[in-house]
Amino acid sequence: MSAVWITIAALTVATILIKSAGPVAVGGRQLSPPALRVITLLAPTVLAALVAVETFGSGKHGLVVDARFLGLLAAGAAIALRMPLAVVVLAAAGAAAGARALGAA
Amino acid sequence: MSAEAARPPLSERLRPGLRAGVALGPVAFLVGLSFGVLARPEMGKVAPIVMSAVVFAGASQFGALAVLASGGGAVPAVLAGVLLNARFLPMGLALGPSLPGRALRRAAEGQAVVDASWALANRGDGTFDRDRLLGATLPQYPLWIIGTAVGTLAGDRLGDPDALGLDALFPAFFLALLIPELKDRRTLGVALAGAGLALALTPVAPAGVPVLVACLAALWGLRR
Repeated sequence: MSAVWITIAALTVATILIKSAGPVAVGGRQLSPPALRVITLLAPTVLAALVAVETFGSGKHGLVVDARFLGLLAAGAAIALRMPLAVVVLAAAGAAAGARALGAA
Repeated sequence: MSAEAARPPLSERLRPGLRAGVALGPVAFLVGLSFGVLARPEMGKVAPIVMSAVVFAGASQFGALAVLASGGGAVPAVLAGVLLNARFLPMGLALGPSLPGRALRRAAEGQAVVDASWALANRGDGTFDRDRLLGATLPQYPLWIIGTAVGTLAGDRLGDPDALGLDALFPAFFLALLIPELKDRRTLGVALAGAGLALALTPVAPAGVPVLVACLAALWGLRR
């Protein structure tokens, strides 16, 4: 079996286990108010961290500001204009693609 | 199970989530497409499609692919993928209390967790709407696989996904999910702290770890 198929098989098992862990460990229960507050804050925290890392993270150079940041600004403008999600992401892709085509980023 | 019988039928309960999931579908398709395009030279025609069908976790697939493409073996590739999935541990712990039923059923329903569905299923009071989670993931799953298939089969005609700006989709997508969550100053502060923590760790920690550690910022909720 090649490295590709070993990777797929192992990552499949690992992902199932990771996604199962929380639901198996804690199911169907009432939580205390502090626990509920932590969970309420988790979604914005995870999403903000993902925005930051996916915008500025770079495999080789740590942090970079490139065309993805222009894409993010375009997305922010589309969100402010209350555009639907498809428009928001296409605005981001279009801005990033445009900047790259012009050699700006 | 009289309580079960009194509930509306499954198709009706899933409808709001399905509607949300259909709106997320094009994003799943386009990100799947860029995965297919990038994976084709490294993994061939079939493996990327299989991977999208059985792993179904975007960031970890890109991460594992990047390791394989740079000449790393299966072990570092799987490790990279696992770390990029590590955020699903705290996310699953948050979701678990909202899932009724036996452990096996909860584990199966936990497989529906992808970032967007999980965020949309969260009611904003610390609980999650299970039907919304399942409904939102249902359209994304086939579109993720179809996108990957189109990317692997037609990739040579599409060119470089970065030139099309497809790498800018992810952050825009997460931003669109984030904005409605920022209801008050405390939430904004914690979200900024999480983002700052993740950015600070990105140059020094393996991919996936920064977002996992950023989750700790949510512990601010332990304070009144």
